[in-house]
Amino acid sequence: MKTVIIKYNAGNVQSVMYALERLGASYLLTDDEAEIRSADKVIFPGVGEASTAMAYLRERGLDKLIPSLKQPVLGTCVGMQLMCRYSEENNTTCMGIFDIDVRRFPATPGFKVPHTGWNNIHSLQGPLTAGITANAYVYFVHSYAADVCPQTTAICDYIRPFSAMLHRDNFYAAQFHTEISGDTGQRILDNFLNLQHGQAK
Amino acid sequence: MLTKRIIPCLDIKDGRTVKGTNFVNLRDAGDPVALAAIYAEQGADELVFLDITATVDERKTLIELVRNVAHTINIPFTVGGGISSVADVSALLNAGADKISINSSAVRNPQLVNELALEFGSQCIVVAIDTRYVNGEHIVHTYGGRRPTALRTIAWAKEVEDRGAGEILLTSMDTDGTKAGFAIKLTAQISGSANIPVIASGGAGLMEHFVDVFTTGKADAGLAASIFHFKEIDIPVLKRYLQENGVEMRL
Repeated sequence: MKTVIIKYNAGNVQSVMYALERLGASYLLTDDEAEIRSADKVIFPGVGEASTAMAYLRERGLDKLIPSLKQPVLGTCVGMQLMCRYSEENNTTCMGIFDIDVRRFPATPGFKVPHTGWNNIHSLQGPLTAGITANAYVYFVHSYAADVCPQTTAICDYIRPFSAMLHRDNFYAAQFHTEISGDTGQRILDNFLNLQHGQAK
Repeated sequence: MLTKRIIPCLDIKDGRTVKGTNFVNLRDAGDPVALAAIYAEQGADELVFLDITATVDERKTLIELVRNVAHTINIPFTVGGGISSVADVSALLNAGADKISINSSAVRNPQLVNELALEFGSQCIVVAIDTRYVNGEHIVHTYGGRRPTALRTIAWAKEVEDRGAGEILLTSMDTDGTKAGFAIKLTAQISGSANIPVIASGGAGLMEHFVDVFTTGKADAGLAASIFHFKEIDIPVLKRYLQENGVEMRL
């Protein structure tokens, strides 16, 4: 099985690579179109700022390539946000794979932003959370979040309920960092790697 | 609900843990990777590695250690000690550290906080503040708490947040090593006014101290070293105790 991590300018992906190694998966870190298209699984990670990341994707045509992929694709953190329609972070038009916008957490007394640390996810649906119990804890670090929508497959509550996970066709996404979310994160990543093509519908 | 975090801290010298430990199931008590794995298994929410060496050779050892830790554990960890440039941070993050922590170098050059936040994102920049109460004021200290600076602690905490720090690691030199409890009032003052998480450190001796620092002290995370290393407090027991006392924990 060939797993590709999309290489772009959004931060450090070392932890993602180590997480794949812990699961015994080999991977390739690349921005090459042919390599990405021929992969069985594509991971689109991200840490960083939305507008800079989108500009980089556009420059390399990755903003058109990613939505056209047919194999299972997993976006995490900023990767997930870039798969939504629009992000309030520097007023950024994103790829529109998911029909929802990303909004900043409003300043709220008693709630710090970024939302940093372990929080629980509930209302779980879909194949990636198979074997995960409701209210399992995962690790978040983010100031922007996608609202809950029909494509939401996991919800987290912080200031407002938001999409902790999204799913549409072959596209999956998690706002939290699967790679450092303990056994729960590892299971979600493993479920993604074990998706059969038939499931990716 | 967002939980409070329990963070064991490992002091590292030349790639090895410095202070002894009391883990009978650990064959090599000086092996930070094995100790990290045990803590992760026990339910530690995060780990901090503090490198107390500074020579170039020893830095290479540290990078190798970070790589091994990142490869082994699946929870976030922070690396601090002797970090003073974008290049230092880049090397540690590329080796797999999730966050880095700066202390004296931020005091010497506050602009470094801005530079690092811009380059790597606030989420991975922790500013450690060592503070001591001197002549009626909380004063920032550097060099392991030995050297006083001209900075007032509360104002400095605000400044590093404004400059882009993602978290504050607040260590009270007054309570550190006493096992008499965290510096509750100061932690509450800083955490209450900051919009970024505050990790409280220094003084943990009893499980009640953690309840105090999370409730009255408003801390987002509690850090300790020897009480965990010497198993005076067992992390799973501590986390259950906190949950029973109304502090949200990841169990």
